[in-house]
Amino acid sequence: MPKRTDIKKILIIGSGPIVIGQACEFDYSGAQACKVLKQEGFQIVLVNSNPATIMTDPEMADRTYIEPLTLDFLKKIIEKEKPQALLPTLGGQTALNLSRDLAREGFLDKHNVELIGAKLHAIEKAEDRELFKKAMEKIGLEVPKSSVVKDKEKAKKVLEELGFPLVMRPSYTLGGMGGNIAYNQEEFEKYLEWGFFQSPVHEILLEESVQGWKEFELEVMRDNADNVIIVCSIENLDPMGVHTGDSITVAPIQTLTDKEYQVLREASKKIIREIGVDTGGSNIQFAVNPETGKMVVIEMNPRVSRSSALASKATGFPIAKIAAKLAVGYQLSEIANDITQKTPACFEPTLDYVVTKIPRFNFEKFPMTPRVLTTQMKSVGEVMAIGRTFKESLGKAIRSLEMGVHGFDNLKESRNFAHLSESEIKRELSTVTHKRLWIIAEAFRKGFATQTIHTLTKIDPWFLNHIKEMIELEGVIQCHSREGGNLDPHLLKKAKEWGFSDKWLSTLTTLSEIEIQLLREKENIEPVYKTIDTCAAEFESFTPYLYSTYDEEDESRISNKKKVVIIGSGPNRIGQGIEFDYCCVHAALSLKEEGFETIMINCNPETVSTDYDTSDKLYFEPLTFEDVLPILKKEKPEGVIVQLGGQTPLKLAYEIEKAGFKILGTSVKTIIASENREFFSKLINKLGLKQPPHALAHNEKEALLAAHKLGFPLVIRPSFVLGGRAMEIIYDNRNLEKYIKNAVQASEDEPLLIDRYIEDATEVDVDVLSDGKDVYVAGVLEHLEEAGVHSGDSTCSLPPFSLSPQTIEELKNQAQALALELNIIGLMNVQFALTKKDIFVLEVNPRASRTIPFIAKARKIPLVKIASKLMVGKKLSDVIPAHSAKHNSGDLKTKTFSVKRSVFPFIKYPHEDAVLGPEMKSTGEVMATEYTFPLALAKAAEAVNSPLPKKGNVFLSVKDSDKAKAFEIAAELQKCGFHIIATRGTAQFLKEKKMNHIESINKVLEGRPHVVDALKSGRIHLVINTTIGEQALRDSFDIRRTALEKQIPYFTTLSGGLGALHAIGAAQKEEFSIFCLQDLY
Amino acid sequence: MGNLSTPISKATLLLENGNVYEGTSCGFPGTTIGEIVFNTSMIGYQEILTDPSYHEQIITMTYPHIGNYGTNEDDNESHKIWAKGFIVKNMCHTPSSWKNQKSLPQFLKEHKIVAIADVDTRSITKQIRNKGAMRALITTEKFDKEKSLKKILESPTMNLRDLAKEVTTEKSYHVTPHTPSYLVVAYDFGIKKSILKYLSERGCRILVIPASTSYKEVLDLNPDGVFLSNGPGDPASVTYAIENIRHLVGKKPIFGICLGHQLLCLALGAKTYKMKFGHRGANHPVSFLKSQKVEITAQNHGFAVEGSLEPRHCERSEAIPSPKVMRSPQSLPLLRDDKKFYGNNNFFSHINLNDGSVEGLYIKDKKILSVQYHPESSPGPLDSLYLFDEFINMMKGRQ
Repeated sequence: MPKRTDIKKILIIGSGPIVIGQACEFDYSGAQACKVLKQEGFQIVLVNSNPATIMTDPEMADRTYIEPLTLDFLKKIIEKEKPQALLPTLGGQTALNLSRDLAREGFLDKHNVELIGAKLHAIEKAEDRELFKKAMEKIGLEVPKSSVVKDKEKAKKVLEELGFPLVMRPSYTLGGMGGNIAYNQEEFEKYLEWGFFQSPVHEILLEESVQGWKEFELEVMRDNADNVIIVCSIENLDPMGVHTGDSITVAPIQTLTDKEYQVLREASKKIIREIGVDTGGSNIQFAVNPETGKMVVIEMNPRVSRSSALASKATGFPIAKIAAKLAVGYQLSEIANDITQKTPACFEPTLDYVVTKIPRFNFEKFPMTPRVLTTQMKSVGEVMAIGRTFKESLGKAIRSLEMGVHGFDNLKESRNFAHLSESEIKRELSTVTHKRLWIIAEAFRKGFATQTIHTLTKIDPWFLNHIKEMIELEGVIQCHSREGGNLDPHLLKKAKEWGFSDKWLSTLTTLSEIEIQLLREKENIEPVYKTIDTCAAEFESFTPYLYSTYDEEDESRISNKKKVVIIGSGPNRIGQGIEFDYCCVHAALSLKEEGFETIMINCNPETVSTDYDTSDKLYFEPLTFEDVLPILKKEKPEGVIVQLGGQTPLKLAYEIEKAGFKILGTSVKTIIASENREFFSKLINKLGLKQPPHALAHNEKEALLAAHKLGFPLVIRPSFVLGGRAMEIIYDNRNLEKYIKNAVQASEDEPLLIDRYIEDATEVDVDVLSDGKDVYVAGVLEHLEEAGVHSGDSTCSLPPFSLSPQTIEELKNQAQALALELNIIGLMNVQFALTKKDIFVLEVNPRASRTIPFIAKARKIPLVKIASKLMVGKKLSDVIPAHSAKHNSGDLKTKTFSVKRSVFPFIKYPHEDAVLGPEMKSTGEVMATEYTFPLALAKAAEAVNSPLPKKGNVFLSVKDSDKAKAFEIAAELQKCGFHIIATRGTAQFLKEKKMNHIESINKVLEGRPHVVDALKSGRIHLVINTTIGEQALRDSFDIRRTALEKQIPYFTTLSGGLGALHAIGAAQKEEFSIFCLQDLY
Repeated sequence: MGNLSTPISKATLLLENGNVYEGTSCGFPGTTIGEIVFNTSMIGYQEILTDPSYHEQIITMTYPHIGNYGTNEDDNESHKIWAKGFIVKNMCHTPSSWKNQKSLPQFLKEHKIVAIADVDTRSITKQIRNKGAMRALITTEKFDKEKSLKKILESPTMNLRDLAKEVTTEKSYHVTPHTPSYLVVAYDFGIKKSILKYLSERGCRILVIPASTSYKEVLDLNPDGVFLSNGPGDPASVTYAIENIRHLVGKKPIFGICLGHQLLCLALGAKTYKMKFGHRGANHPVSFLKSQKVEITAQNHGFAVEGSLEPRHCERSEAIPSPKVMRSPQSLPLLRDDKKFYGNNNFFSHINLNDGSVEGLYIKDKKILSVQYHPESSPGPLDSLYLFDEFINMMKGRQ
């Protein structure tokens, strides 16, 4: 059946800001869908609140709305755009839930919008645990015994039947949110309350535990002719009990016989049919008892997912793209396989390599969180690696993580378990943590048997044996080295085939990493490149999607074209996420336009950059020097772009240049110099600018001396860090000492950077483009929160909402001077702190900043595309679009205010304090645009799902230094009609200022009923709570935590609170507008 | 190499075109020669090795890890390994599965099968893809390229070889289910156990007979249906079988699989040809033209059917859409629909969507059903089990 002609306009809902459980994979899927449906001649209406996405680029859809993903906004957009269809399956759980709600309310029917891909009944059947269970029973498939409960009484009865351990999953949540395994009564009660709260429908599924069973996933597709195919099978190395997003997974399945696999395949066909997913992709999870082969169905996602993105990258079969085509009427047999071009997409990809995915965690940013993996997802990103064998792909995946480990080496202290005793190792093995791989390796070193480790971890012996063999080889190499022998070429070759990095090898021998590299060159032990072709070489492939392996035949076809290599940003992590992938993708698109062959290197399977459609050539490889160098040697590019992928490629710049390749844009010298404090001070002095008083410290003594000289408070951080890692504001000696004890470990040999903390300063980000002669100021972003809150976490506005034109002009001048002095070619970001009388330069980053996509969207300028052209030699005057150029003279005014606001993962980390500081904690961001700043701010609150109340009670409690301003806030609050509840100190202060109707309330330590009781009982609708000092922070922890969990908007800075008030004021008076990007441009 | 503690012995693979691959032995020591083929199934190696259709062939597995779950009694498709040799990238010596009884290397050794590991199987696959079917030699002995090449060139090619007679049962035997409803006579040209399983599950009492059994004997048994099994070799050279089938057509419901399908088509007047490198895997899309539904199929054949049937067989009551409408002209090149390929009157019922080759024949009025692929899979998807039901239906009508 050809494509439908009765549909002209299709609404696609994105997944919103990056959060744990929903990352760039939905930009990848959404962007693919937009692209292909537009090609098919459909008009695409796209809604997504996340500006750092490729899908929200104006050319991707016909009508793009960067608006909050809420029912109200979607309704407005549907009413305005009148689409005939809504494709709900591409924007993760967010889009699916919203679509379901729109359909349930009858809104879609009323407006004649058809759900395509998955109908309401299918969504409900798959998502509602009870309905799903019934459906499985109907088709004769087993599910773990379970019961859905809506109250405690019922839950207790179910517990009696199922016993411990008991899996507890709240219904309709994302990334296994609120899911837990209870081992005892106490945990049971705790998780019960937590789960009820997490579930939007207040229900929990209690389930028999199949912990330790083998876990498998199948990616299934179905078309409207009821053809069903399995695109990819995935085996979780970590057995049941760990969320699949947190599990190490391997494709294809390794340890099932064909008969066992066909049972899963047949079940998948039945499930997708019974659930009634008309067209598109679904992910189905199974558990298999390793002792008996008994299979149970765990769950199904009737939409594209993180796993489907992984499956697409693992097989070369673009699930989202095909799903979009199926949704508009095509059948699988009518769609071509992109890679072979001659065969249809109606087949099942077969692999001749092994794919390993390892999740990336950011536990170091959440020190209070137990580092234990459970059914609730905690990872923030992932890497994928491809090798001809499991060992090779595992080794490559480990070094892709960029965690300071290069294999099973002991280089990094946190991955060195040599000191553990046998019994300690046993204990460690039986808990699931993100370090378990290295503990297993150490166990093998200590002579543990595979069976012992299997008993403790339940990881299939097949995987364990591979690790064991790697450790055996490690031992042989070490032994040779100890006996004074050189690294035997045969051993070296084997080690490379088994995924050992040069760096790991260097720890086992007397050779340095470079010496090993040279030895390899001499012995001709170099990687070759093989193609991901969906068909194990049965057909010729036309898409250069490659991975390295130590095997015989090299398949990379090197063209004679001018080439540029773009190095991506690796796994998502806090501080380096989708924004940088956006930049890399734009570079690829832009340089294609300039006639270059674009070559992407990256290892993050979630991204658009690793879509084989994005660049001319894709190397799916770890971003280490060892892995990048042979590609450069093979491709001989004109240059390499390192300034767009965050810190990851920057760290490689020096070695790449040293190896004889050209770094495009800003020179390596500048990149290194800008991180050098001494150089930086000289630069600031030379230009007559100011920076906060500062010092360097290599040890505790120097630090204390510096503190004495500079005076508290101080901002302190290690060199070369990302996202303000380990950055803190320190108020006294005691905490300084404490900090140094921890930080020096974290920062290896680099000195600590100590600055005087400029209190109550306004922070401003300025991003510029430069060709070395001219400078173009791309954006001046004013932060709402004062300097000291990490720029990635703060709310900011474009254009500035309070700065005077003179100040803006001065900031621009300073940024321009810096860019010229540093000879920036491409992008540069400067962070300023403004006090009443001074402008301090806090930081200069000679690279794309996190806010580049936001500015590009807000100002409608393709900044990265321009920057890329500058890097290959174009002049600013050639590439700045005429309409933008005229703004350069200093007029940064736009018709609207765009606000960027961050979202935080605190809800996933129940032990963390939800307070903002110099270390970045946010995972993603939203953009909200309105005609005024306060209204944009109010809209941003809607977009982060924390809408501001228009009336009610406000809890106000501020630190002493904020008291003066608190008066202003209180007055404003009363003017807006809010009732104020304050802690005694704050209340007293306000009363002294002749304010009436202030209710005082107990702090937590002052006895009950206290403020947390009021929060829990729903009496408080907004929290403004600023604190200082450790004790006060501890005291107010519960306030923030409760507000977070009860979804009560709360502000931990006065500036944030004040902003919120203005926003409330605006929202009380005005209606939100909706803006279509294409109308603004 | 699977394990550092396993002693390594070298093995060498030589292709007819002179290409040499050095690896390690993972089977029985010795030298073997056969037609080299590749199979793209990621699992199911034991079923593949024990499938009689691989008689005289050396199998390259494209998936790199083979042997992961060991071997077990249940997964045998016959009583022995028929493949002449085995080529893998990585052989697993320490399998893991509750089903495992014996590691694959041990299984290979017990069956005296020469096998080579640690070679670039993707490169080998591409050689076969580009150069077409070739003969090859694996040896664990001292390798002399000249002599080995000579040996290869002296060995027979697959063309014109009747291998069915080498693999067929010597004596006929019965397979009886609990409640037999139909008597099926099954010609054994190299029958797989799974076929017998699916037939008997559907109530067939099966008499498996040697390939050369005359049609008269079959008719004397008055079966409800006749089954023509899969098997190795060049179908055109199994002339006795073609002749016997000719006499059975129209008299009994007939169901053929793979070689059985080819023999049936030859009996009806079509031709067979040697494909460049055949179809071997578990992921081939086949369209059943009547319903336009696609099945993902298990395949294992180096010959295929083309051309017209004799006119007297071509009368049919239901129209089958032309194969060319099966693919969207916007995105995919048209399938071949030239007359040579599908004959004057297209009535082949199943078409391979990858290359348009003939995959099946279904003439309902004449109670003739045959497919090139393997509905019994083993290994592979079970999308096509309906064919066994169709066969039962054909026999039902008769009763």
